[in-house]
Amino acid sequence: MNLIILSLIAVFSLSCYFFGKSKVLKQTKISGKKFHSLPEYYGYYLAAWCGLPALIILFFWSFSELYFVKFFILSDFRADPSIDENKLNLIFSEIKSLAEKNFSGTIPQNLIPYAEKFLSLNKILELSKFAVIFSVIIFCLSFAYTQILKNIRARESVEKVIRVVMFLCAAIAVFTTIGIVLSLLFESIKFFTAVSIFDFITGTNWAPGRAFVRDASVQTADVENVFGAVPLFWGTFFIAMIAMCVAVPIGLFSGIYMAEYASSKVRRVAKPLIEVLAGVPTVVYGFFAALTVGPFFRIIGEGIGLNISSESALAAGMVMGVMIIPYVSSLTDDVINAVPISLREGSYAMGATKSETIKKVVLPAALPGVVGSILLAISRAVGETMIVVMAAGLGANLTINPLEASTTITTQIVTILIGDQSFNNPKTQAAFALGITLFFFTLVINIIALNIVKKFREKYE
Amino acid sequence: MKNEKIKISTKNLNVFYGAKQALFDVNLELEEKKVTALIGPSGCGKSTYIRCLNRMNDVIDICKVEGSIKIDGQEINKKDVDVNLLREKVGMVFQKPNPFPKSIYDNIAYGPRIHGLADNKDDLDKIVESSLKKAALWEEVKDRLNQPGTGLSGGQQQRLCIARTISINPEVILMDEPCSALDPIATAKIEELIDELKKTYTIVIVTHSMSQAARVSQNTGFFHLGKILEFNLTEKIFKNPDNKLTQDYITGRFG
Amino acid sequence: MNNKEKEILLKKRYSAEKRFRFFGISSIILALLFLCILLINIFTNGLSAFSRTEILLKINFNEKKIGINPSSTDKEIKQANFDEILQEALLSLAPDVQELKQAELIDLVSIDATSEIKKFFLKNRDVLNKTAEVALTLSDDLDQVHKGNFPRNIPEDRRRFSDFQLKIYDEQNAKNKIISEFNWPFIFNADSREPEIAGVGASLSGSFFTLIVCLILSFPLGILAAIYLEEFAPKNKITEIIEVNVNNLAAVPSIVFGLLGLGIFLNYFYLPRSTPLVGGLVLALMTLPRIIIPCRAALKAVPPSIREGALALGASKVQTVMHNVVPLAMPGTLSGTIIGLSQALGETAPLLLIGMVAFINVVPSSPFDPSAVLPVQVYLWSESAERGFVEKTSATIIILIFFLAFMNSFAIYLRNKFEKKWS
Repeated sequence: MNLIILSLIAVFSLSCYFFGKSKVLKQTKISGKKFHSLPEYYGYYLAAWCGLPALIILFFWSFSELYFVKFFILSDFRADPSIDENKLNLIFSEIKSLAEKNFSGTIPQNLIPYAEKFLSLNKILELSKFAVIFSVIIFCLSFAYTQILKNIRARESVEKVIRVVMFLCAAIAVFTTIGIVLSLLFESIKFFTAVSIFDFITGTNWAPGRAFVRDASVQTADVENVFGAVPLFWGTFFIAMIAMCVAVPIGLFSGIYMAEYASSKVRRVAKPLIEVLAGVPTVVYGFFAALTVGPFFRIIGEGIGLNISSESALAAGMVMGVMIIPYVSSLTDDVINAVPISLREGSYAMGATKSETIKKVVLPAALPGVVGSILLAISRAVGETMIVVMAAGLGANLTINPLEASTTITTQIVTILIGDQSFNNPKTQAAFALGITLFFFTLVINIIALNIVKKFREKYE
Repeated sequence: MKNEKIKISTKNLNVFYGAKQALFDVNLELEEKKVTALIGPSGCGKSTYIRCLNRMNDVIDICKVEGSIKIDGQEINKKDVDVNLLREKVGMVFQKPNPFPKSIYDNIAYGPRIHGLADNKDDLDKIVESSLKKAALWEEVKDRLNQPGTGLSGGQQQRLCIARTISINPEVILMDEPCSALDPIATAKIEELIDELKKTYTIVIVTHSMSQAARVSQNTGFFHLGKILEFNLTEKIFKNPDNKLTQDYITGRFG
Repeated sequence: MNNKEKEILLKKRYSAEKRFRFFGISSIILALLFLCILLINIFTNGLSAFSRTEILLKINFNEKKIGINPSSTDKEIKQANFDEILQEALLSLAPDVQELKQAELIDLVSIDATSEIKKFFLKNRDVLNKTAEVALTLSDDLDQVHKGNFPRNIPEDRRRFSDFQLKIYDEQNAKNKIISEFNWPFIFNADSREPEIAGVGASLSGSFFTLIVCLILSFPLGILAAIYLEEFAPKNKITEIIEVNVNNLAAVPSIVFGLLGLGIFLNYFYLPRSTPLVGGLVLALMTLPRIIIPCRAALKAVPPSIREGALALGASKVQTVMHNVVPLAMPGTLSGTIIGLSQALGETAPLLLIGMVAFINVVPSSPFDPSAVLPVQVYLWSESAERGFVEKTSATIIILIFFLAFMNSFAIYLRNKFEKKWS
């Protein structure tokens, strides 16, 4: 229904544009009257008055529609004190599926009249929405039309509207962040009412399979001591470190070589090729790690008498490291190039070799930038999902043996949410709690890293 | 001039940046332990010339240097010359002071460390102290050797760079417009320093300021459009030069 | 220090220099080697999926057994029963065998065999009551054997096809009845439990719709936001907050966007699960900063003289920006957008979280149908144990990489061709 209204608004606005423009053109021809702005701005003006108020009303109406319907339908249930928030939501979803005719399972007879109420209420709301929007359009149009005849400064009004629209577009970034924080926070708070933050952060037993309960009430005994996230933090850290062991040396040396030694021909070929490593989708890396690298390590292990599982932290970590190489090498390349040539010449004039100059003058000068790039790479490694999901396994343990399976924060989020999920049990909410931990951790690292790199750039540019 | 020892001599020196030629057949003989000034309008090849003397032009990919450059009679413009040893012998001070982002001590100690000139910390301390003294900077910084070299004033930074160059015992010091970024007081201090230094080192200085050339040097060469037009005792160049263009430049008619 | 010591020190310094250079070059070579190994591994595994093995079977189109007549309509034919003549044809490959082996004969072809016969008949009605050779897809196990992906010497109890089936395959192969064709159904079919008829059609369509939704949402919003931030925003706290947010969002792990999609789009707004609509919405939020940042850089690169020239003619700020500055920044913006879209094409984790893990066996025809995308398909198939899916997964990756390479090359081409160098 919304789509129909949207297309109608679009068609109306378009015709208003042409109408306004041609009206002004005609007027100038007939009466020779001088208008302030070009005719098309009057067209835009009319179209804006036609479309924008209608869009705004459509937007807010559609949002609050759901609330209103929910409130109304559930009013009977609300009177019953034994039904809590979670159960109410469940009931509403059931009524909704019934009404939309995609309910699976045995149909609860008592909800049928509510489903019918749902349908009729929706219909009433839709018709009134249509009527309201339509009348608003008529009203705004007549107002705008009189304004045009009064020769208002159409261009200025139109440009003001454009600026506001642009501002809102930019503000979407803020809304997105707010949205992320709210959606994560909302569910995490529900989680932390069942499981204490302290247990979550310090507990070492992660076995949420046992805490999956279908109904909303959760027995404390069920959730005690199964949501200790320490093995996940450890796994994330461990695999990220393995990845950095691969990425930092290779990335640093590649970046240094490309910045200092490579001819421009080599650089033109090698740099984009290394960037390709970053462009390969992570699911491809995960597949490669699971199909080839993991079993490869296992076979080598059998050969030398070690027991390496085919899903190991080592396999996932190494493949992740390869993916991260370009993050380190590109930034190192940029950062080294930013060090002014006068420092290098000062060192060469003293008779130092190129490697001595790099090691003792250029790198120390570029150090903040290099550290910043390594931090950003760590943040990328921590947030990586598909490689670890497909290659690292699900073992939530505190092992320091990279040859065993290990699990990370991101793996658990995916594992929990891929399965059958209802939204009101600690297991699902745990995923959001993990998500908010991940979000804040990477946020902090990113802010620190970006600041370091910014200060470094300010020094030299 | 004929009786003095020649430290540096260039013959048929031609330098190209890609297809563009910057120096044309430069023949010069520079005397030992004297200050030679190179003057001339901007872009006429003075900096290019002295950068040949310590092979700094190697750093620029498109630069080609042809001809003979001899230091103490030894040819240095050939492939098998050890450039790093050459630069230990021929030091350079740049137009804009470029101290390393390290402490004052480490700035001076850098050269001796890589060339292995000190056997232990005491030797290194001695080298640092003597270099700073020779550069007339010791009194000003002796209590803050651990602070960064970039924290000094412009004039002090340049003297730091001079001390850094001296620390590895060169025989020649090349200076590329060392005072153009400094104020008159700092400039005066450095000119005083040059006067002291010439007792120990051969100095070649590129300068835009004719008064500076007249003040500090014993010999002067006039560069014009990549050629050396006149080379003689400073007194002669400034009082009655042979070449009319030299005369015009000195009297300020161009450049 | 005397000359001898000096010489030794110099030698040490030069060998240190050589070692350093060596580490540099070998790092680059190592990185490129990894890339090669990855690509070669995927390609060798996946190329075989682009061919399908078929068996040429002589089928007698007896009209009584099928239950039609020469004047039957297409609809009647589609509902007719072709199973009997199929079985008959299969059993004739090895007459006089008992029931167990008969079942194995029937298993030689894929479960789609009946519809393949139907399609053949609809195109060749004149074979009614005659015998014709029809090409039918071979079952996935023998298909893998034919392609050489599956070793033949594994004992019978450790593989999914029997020695008898292998014997029949060899016999037919010797008679040139086993052929390889280009695997068009792989491109057009939707997913299936059977590897031999599973295809990426659903994922291709799903990826297409998801990217369209993502583009429609993120491109205009991104450009307008970038123009605002670069040209109109006053230097105050609010602008700073917006900029910090944009920069941070560019580095947020993609799975967090999936959580956002799940928590708000699915659970709060009740948008349909697993659809390109929601997928595109989530990816649009992720791609937005990746469009804003290059667009801003492109706008920044336009010299002030262009703006001043327009303003001096009496154009308003909005007109100056829209008419003069933005068109010049388009090449950089477009190439940044294409690169951002190609990153969105390869995203998996956020789409898993909004429900794209379902088994999609119908090719979606709109952004509102449940679907999968190419990378999700890769993930789902990689979890399967059957060997046939290994080559399919690799082939899907090849298709994915092909699109990514195309998009990225196009972006680079745009940038090189149209970008003006202002210095």
